[in-house]
Amino acid sequence: MYSHDVVIVGSGLAGLRAALELAGNLDVAIVSKLYPSRSHSGAAQGGVAAALGNVDGDSVEAHIYDTVKGADFLGDQDAIEILCNDAPRTIYEMEHWGCPFSRTEDNRINQRAFGGHSYLRACFSADRTGHALLHTLFEQTYRQGGKLRLYSEWHMLRLIIEDGICRGVVAMNIHTGKLEVIRGKAVLFGTGGYGQAFKITSNASANTGDGIVAAYRAGVPLQDMEFVQFHPTGLYLHGILLTEGARGEGGYLINAEGDRFMSRYAPSKMELGPRDIVSRSEQTEINEGRGAGPNKEYVLLDLRHLGAKKIMERLPQVYNLAKDFIGVDCTADPVPIQPTAHYSMGGIPADNDCHVYLDEQGNHVTGFYVAGECSCISVHGANRLGTNSLLEALVFGRRAGKKMLDDVPRLKLAPVDEQREISAAQRQIEELYKGPATEDLDTIREELKQTMTLKVGVYRDAGGMEPAQAKIKQLRERFAKVRVGDKGKSFNINLLEALALSNMLEFSELIVDGALAREESRGAHFRNDFPTRDDNNWMRHTLAFRTEDGGHELRYKPVTVTKYQPEERKY
Amino acid sequence: MANNKVLFRIQRFDPEKDEKPHHQDFEIELAPGATILKTLHQIRAEQDPTLALRYSCGSAICGSCAMKINGHAILACKTQVSECVRDGTVRVAPIGNLKILRDLVVDIEPFWESLGKVKPYLMPKGAAPDRERTQTPAQFGSIDPSTTCILCAACYSDCNALEVDPSFVGPASLAKAHRFIFDSRDAARQQRLREISQRTGVWDCTHCGECSTRCPTETKPLERIEEIRVQAMADGHHGNAGARHALGFRESVGKRGFLDENWLALRSVGFFNLPGLISLMPVGLRMMIRGKMPPLIPHTIDKVDEVKKIFARFEELRK
Repeated sequence: MYSHDVVIVGSGLAGLRAALELAGNLDVAIVSKLYPSRSHSGAAQGGVAAALGNVDGDSVEAHIYDTVKGADFLGDQDAIEILCNDAPRTIYEMEHWGCPFSRTEDNRINQRAFGGHSYLRACFSADRTGHALLHTLFEQTYRQGGKLRLYSEWHMLRLIIEDGICRGVVAMNIHTGKLEVIRGKAVLFGTGGYGQAFKITSNASANTGDGIVAAYRAGVPLQDMEFVQFHPTGLYLHGILLTEGARGEGGYLINAEGDRFMSRYAPSKMELGPRDIVSRSEQTEINEGRGAGPNKEYVLLDLRHLGAKKIMERLPQVYNLAKDFIGVDCTADPVPIQPTAHYSMGGIPADNDCHVYLDEQGNHVTGFYVAGECSCISVHGANRLGTNSLLEALVFGRRAGKKMLDDVPRLKLAPVDEQREISAAQRQIEELYKGPATEDLDTIREELKQTMTLKVGVYRDAGGMEPAQAKIKQLRERFAKVRVGDKGKSFNINLLEALALSNMLEFSELIVDGALAREESRGAHFRNDFPTRDDNNWMRHTLAFRTEDGGHELRYKPVTVTKYQPEERKY
Repeated sequence: MANNKVLFRIQRFDPEKDEKPHHQDFEIELAPGATILKTLHQIRAEQDPTLALRYSCGSAICGSCAMKINGHAILACKTQVSECVRDGTVRVAPIGNLKILRDLVVDIEPFWESLGKVKPYLMPKGAAPDRERTQTPAQFGSIDPSTTCILCAACYSDCNALEVDPSFVGPASLAKAHRFIFDSRDAARQQRLREISQRTGVWDCTHCGECSTRCPTETKPLERIEEIRVQAMADGHHGNAGARHALGFRESVGKRGFLDENWLALRSVGFFNLPGLISLMPVGLRMMIRGKMPPLIPHTIDKVDEVKKIFARFEELRK
């Protein structure tokens, strides 16, 4: 058994930023199934939002309003105020730590346009902003020398909460297969999102919702799980992200007829409408037969008019991805794209200091904190604006660090029954070796991903989601018949995949049930059978609680409104 | 269709069973547009779930899936199988210069440690201002290539200098050093240049170019290494074997049109560096025994004036 003051699970922007706030003051461990530089924060491309006003007359207030409206009024406005107010300080801090930012002609941080933002607000490092930020924090961990204990390539299986007190985690050293309890006075999850449940996704293989499911199984509710963002420019069939910055730099979306179809959906913002609206517009074009390609299954991102020089300078990664993955030279031809599952608005509920809620009454789990995509604080509400996620991870990662710095002196290392916890994790693993092997892991995963993309995707309705609900139930039963084929101890990828699939099946059910219950359309959640927003009944957050029998119960809590009453959302 | 069948010859190693790595062949029906990573997953799903490898983002940014294909390091997620088939076969192995843990997974810790040796963080000039530090677009441009590095270790894998001398910090670490040496916001340029000019640093690179050839990003370590060397020389960091070797090389060729290797060896070590000179003796003796010792009396080539003209012209251009 290992013990630390603080155990951080996840080594992306949120986890690392929190760790740096604590390093030198508390004994901090960072547990991650990857190495820090490989976390999915690094895949963010286009920018990080802050009203610096370096290129126009932007203001924090405008950023707040854009975020509230972008969230389709489901965001908690007090949290959004914190996010936007703290944004300029956050960017300067990262710059002072050495983050390379693209520059203006007057040598300041350059800013570009992004969907749903009314000013040029996205600070960027070419089109690899997440990579630049993540590596900057990773560099800072070296500066801390030995003050941070890294448990890299450790897979977290269980969160230990007893009597409302968080006590640590059970994790497996992937190199040896050994299970260990890692105790902490405080535990922070920065474990990322759950986009792997979809067939077409921009998410890394690692984004299997391990953190949210561990919390849920430990008795923590999950909030707004039905809100999954579909990014408008996923590379056709691959789902790989092509940054919104491509449209921020002036790229067009066209259909098979070469028509800039966004003029019919968001006439004033055009391609720079928020992601939910642009993705739906694309899907409508495809559904109504105006898609391009032999099967009319995709639309096109046209960058040709930007010229090769601008593309190579501002969008080099977009150029390389299109070339390497589908052989398209985007300086010469438009790129086939389709909506791709991208961001998880839902997650573990917490207050503005990242302290996790135990219920809808505002009770907390002592010693448990969350930040970044796995959290639902909720700054993104029903639809996140591009560039606000990197910002959220940094702002709330730091806040979580500060909060833990305050709280830890008052917290004790709570007792853990090590043998019992290890045995429970052991059983979780052994179950996966007991099945009759009449079912196959990859088949079940594929069927789940297909179901989620086709039935619980950009457009939803009861007619599709009720069968999806039944399908997932059936997949969970079939999963019990899977048997992991690899018995090795070291780097047992097969076992890790099975653990991940078990997580995916568990939270996918919550996505579908939350979406079926929510009989309205709001942000990324669009119901063909309930196509309008219903503020009277549904301006509230969903909370899914796990019940004794392994099922779940949905409860609701109100949205925090400070300044902006809901209004019709037009772009 | 028979013509879509490819043989994947994969290096396997199970630490619980095997004493050393061996090969296993998998015949696979290729999906159109299949990448190496997708095909390895296909093999895992259809034929052998025990194949171990690292992967995550699937879009060439996380750097997890570097491995050797046909003997050279690549990123599996962005490499098309069709580009790798040789006589119907694709040979897959873990990256090099690191200990194999299982199948395609290596112990990457030495790579992270090597990175730590170059102080991979900004040492800023003065106190932080209220807003951002200014930097010109050109200054950003000078570190743009080295900041694209994704730390995949493909360069580390195929580095020939590391193969013979594991104490060399390696190409990725030097690219990381470059990123700070040329960052206008960093205060420690001279300290960095001084440290990196010592043994295990920038002069230990043998210029084979493998790192830049294998690099899946725009980092191209060899180019960055050359930029560091030029800067170190320009800033007067001459008191080290690497710099003396480079200067001696130029002196010898510039003077005689011929590389006087004996003299260069002494010049690099330092004429008054007694322990260093003694350390050369075993090599010298072995060369003598095998008849490989260059002529002891240096000569000058016939048309040395032509060589001198080239040097003069180069100096002119440099100014």
